[in-house]
Amino acid sequence: MGVRHLYVHLPFCAHRCGYCDFVTVVGRREQHGAYVDALLAELALERGVLAERVETIFLGGGTPTFTDGSELARLLDALPETDELTVEANPETVTPELARLLRAGRVNRVSLGAQSFRPHLLSALERRAGPDDVRRAVYLLRDVGFDNVSLDLLYGVPGQSAADLESDLADALALEPEHLSCYELEAKPGTRFTYAHGDELVRQADAMEGYFEQVVDTLTAAGYRWYETANFCLEPGRVGGRDLRARHNLAYWWGRDYLGIGMGAVSTLAGVRRRNRPGLGRYVTALQAGRTPPRETESLDEATKERERLLLGLRLDEPLSVAEVAGALDGRAAARLVEGGLVELTQNGSGDAIRLTRRGRFLGGGVTAELLEFATR
Amino acid sequence: MEQARIRNFAIIAHIDHGKSTLADRILELTHAVPEREMREQVLDSMELERERGITIKAQAVRVRWRGHQLNLIDTPGHVDFTYEVSRSLQACEGALLLVDAAQGIEAQTLANAYLALDDELEIVPVANKIDLPQADPEAAAAELAELLGEMPERVLRISAKTGEGVEAVLDAIVERIPPPGGDPDAPGRALVFDTSYDQYRGVVAFVRVVDGSFETREPLRTMATGTSFEAEELGVLSPARRPVASLGAGEVGYVITGLKDVSRLRVGDTLTSRRRPAAGPLPGYQDVKPMVFAGIFPTDSDDYPALRDALEKLKLNDASLSYDPETSQALGFGFRCGFLGLLHMEIVRERLEREFDLDLLITAPTVAYRATTRAGEVVEVHNPAEMPRELELVEEPYIKASVIVPKDYVGAVMELANERRGSFDHLEYLSEERVLLSYELPLGEIVLDFYDQLKSRTRGYASFDYDLAGFRPGDVTRVDILVGGEQVDALSLIIHRDAAYERGRQLVERLREEIPRQLFDVAVQAAIGSRVIARETIKAKRKDVLAKCYGGDITRKRKLLEKQKKGKKRMKQVGGVEVPQEAFLAVLNLDSERRR
Repeated sequence: MGVRHLYVHLPFCAHRCGYCDFVTVVGRREQHGAYVDALLAELALERGVLAERVETIFLGGGTPTFTDGSELARLLDALPETDELTVEANPETVTPELARLLRAGRVNRVSLGAQSFRPHLLSALERRAGPDDVRRAVYLLRDVGFDNVSLDLLYGVPGQSAADLESDLADALALEPEHLSCYELEAKPGTRFTYAHGDELVRQADAMEGYFEQVVDTLTAAGYRWYETANFCLEPGRVGGRDLRARHNLAYWWGRDYLGIGMGAVSTLAGVRRRNRPGLGRYVTALQAGRTPPRETESLDEATKERERLLLGLRLDEPLSVAEVAGALDGRAAARLVEGGLVELTQNGSGDAIRLTRRGRFLGGGVTAELLEFATR
Repeated sequence: MEQARIRNFAIIAHIDHGKSTLADRILELTHAVPEREMREQVLDSMELERERGITIKAQAVRVRWRGHQLNLIDTPGHVDFTYEVSRSLQACEGALLLVDAAQGIEAQTLANAYLALDDELEIVPVANKIDLPQADPEAAAAELAELLGEMPERVLRISAKTGEGVEAVLDAIVERIPPPGGDPDAPGRALVFDTSYDQYRGVVAFVRVVDGSFETREPLRTMATGTSFEAEELGVLSPARRPVASLGAGEVGYVITGLKDVSRLRVGDTLTSRRRPAAGPLPGYQDVKPMVFAGIFPTDSDDYPALRDALEKLKLNDASLSYDPETSQALGFGFRCGFLGLLHMEIVRERLEREFDLDLLITAPTVAYRATTRAGEVVEVHNPAEMPRELELVEEPYIKASVIVPKDYVGAVMELANERRGSFDHLEYLSEERVLLSYELPLGEIVLDFYDQLKSRTRGYASFDYDLAGFRPGDVTRVDILVGGEQVDALSLIIHRDAAYERGRQLVERLREEIPRQLFDVAVQAAIGSRVIARETIKAKRKDVLAKCYGGDITRKRKLLEKQKKGKKRMKQVGGVEVPQEAFLAVLNLDSERRR
């Protein structure tokens, strides 16, 4: 059976934010067309691995909506039929024209990089949008009929207080998004952002413990399901039974195969993970010549696959079948963690299952690390 | 050489008062070392000695001066090596008492001067460093003269650095120090005043022939330990090793023994000929026993064999070092090592780390305790974790300590000595300004941070020396440290009951700071027996997540968690808690840190 999930990388941005570690390219308007050509060429080369029916497509970036409008439309037009088509957007790029373009391009889910509604935090993050840009973007999307909008929020931002976070959550909830992703800011050592905000980041790291609890408490109280470590969606009961979890991302967390196209994009296909190398020129040149772009590959043995399955599966609120991860599970650690109230053993449709308790989910990284077992050869 | 033309002498001096520099000048003036080979402090051959400015192994150098044979016997320069110093002095008829004219006499110099006076050595007082602007040669001379009951004019004033006055020192050695006595026709007797190990030739003994003479290939025997061997080679150091056919009465030289085990030839023992043995040994031999003990563990357990080999090698040159295998639940496999004192321990540690490139964890030093159990059994305890809990009596080693300070600091020293359970013995004015204080103290109070406290409370002016003074009953108790309800054997300590609470509290607080927060609350406790005397809780973490994980992140995040798990496996597990090595280090370094 072919791959049912497709990721498309659009690297262009108006500006590279200080904290960003994604594969991005600033400006280069003149190359958008050539890049979309290359994307379509790569898609054509990989067509064979895709299933007849592609369930989800995700356009991520960069800032996909910064891509030249006609080129974006051309890309959307060429994508296969799918159930869920998500595009990441920055608020300041959302215009009535863009909203209509996305609609026309069969996009049915927009993930909006709001990050914050506090001007001083947006400015610390070097975001171009102001608080009103975020609201306007949501209204514009609603106006053209989008009924699945997700907002990204960041916490642990230099200068942030617990009161700032409370206001950010309230402002986000006021927009009634179907979905929210809330991330702690990951400041990578050696970036100019970390350099500029070093001491403040240390202070934020201490505050972050409280922030995470604050986020989960506030959103679950507002009727959102904490379905993944950093992701929340409206409870089905509040939206007529709709499952608003991000289906594309669920595919990652369920350990499914996916095809990624574009510079820097990662695919996992039948036990092989491969990453297109970053670098716009090389990517475009290769595909113009009809060749696959330069890639690095990593083959995943069964034990590694099980460990990944464990680390991904435990991010979710639904139980993970023990049978799927038996070889990656340290039984003694599991027993200790069960006793400590961080892990629970339960049942699902396929038998014994494991999941993290509420407190366990707040400690998910440490708990997972402890649970990992390395098969002895 | 006829005995009348031989002079055997040592130099008694405090660290940094210029002993090695003076030795260098003497070698230069007597042309013992060609100028091109001259480097600073020729006699301190080990790198470590050169860096610390102290001499660990005594050596003997023969030079010629105006028709005389002078044997300079170098003495070790620290309180831990009193016995070795006393043996070196026993090989001499005289000693230069060398004092920095800017500093005056220090306690250790005084202690060694008294040793020399007890042996009836002729002492030649020398005030050094007169070239320094802050030098006060007259005050130093007055102090030396007072000490020795001499005329101040007899005190030589020199600068070993510039060479000024050094010829006069050599002349004074010839004129003032008597030639060696001893009967050249009696059965041979030689004092072993030092040993070293040569990897090709085995144990080398440095000897002073007292009676008779010795020849190459002569069958020999040590009179205290009864070890027999043949003198493979006799020789002298000038300062290079130079073989000779025989060593006569009064002479100083070396004997290559071919022995492979340095412990079979002890400092202070007497060599005699097996063909014509002497009736009895020379006086003064003691079997020196280590008094300070610590566990030494490799930070990486794979280094255990390397540590064992390294200790074996050090032991070849250092008969006073002892080691026995020790297993700690917290620190793994290592050795319980015995040392003469704290400096000895520091030297061994540095050599292990530097010469053998080992990363080590060293437990807090403890002294040898003598414990009598309720059943009446007496055991010597070298490891706090082995101290029986049901005890009738514990005896601890005491020392007689001498401290010399400017008179303004007498109060500070008394206060410190009182805090450390010292009992005052006497006080003596060495001069108008400087006072000698004598105290009896438990050695256990010294091994922690006494010396550093003394230095800091007297702004570095105090000097300190001690002699062992036997075992006395002490109200000491064993304190255990528990993490997650489980005892951490490496952190147990034996301490006076009055200090147990304070110390337990410090250790527990420090561990709370050093052990990272875990997924669960962790109790850290100090206990005497089953009674908890201090407790801290390391609160569990509230958040430990990987913020995001999508298709492009999976490999990186998986590797992150794998690394975390593997790191946990390497950490020492105590009571289900991963205790990083840094935490042990921090606690074990608590004392040395308090010093700073």
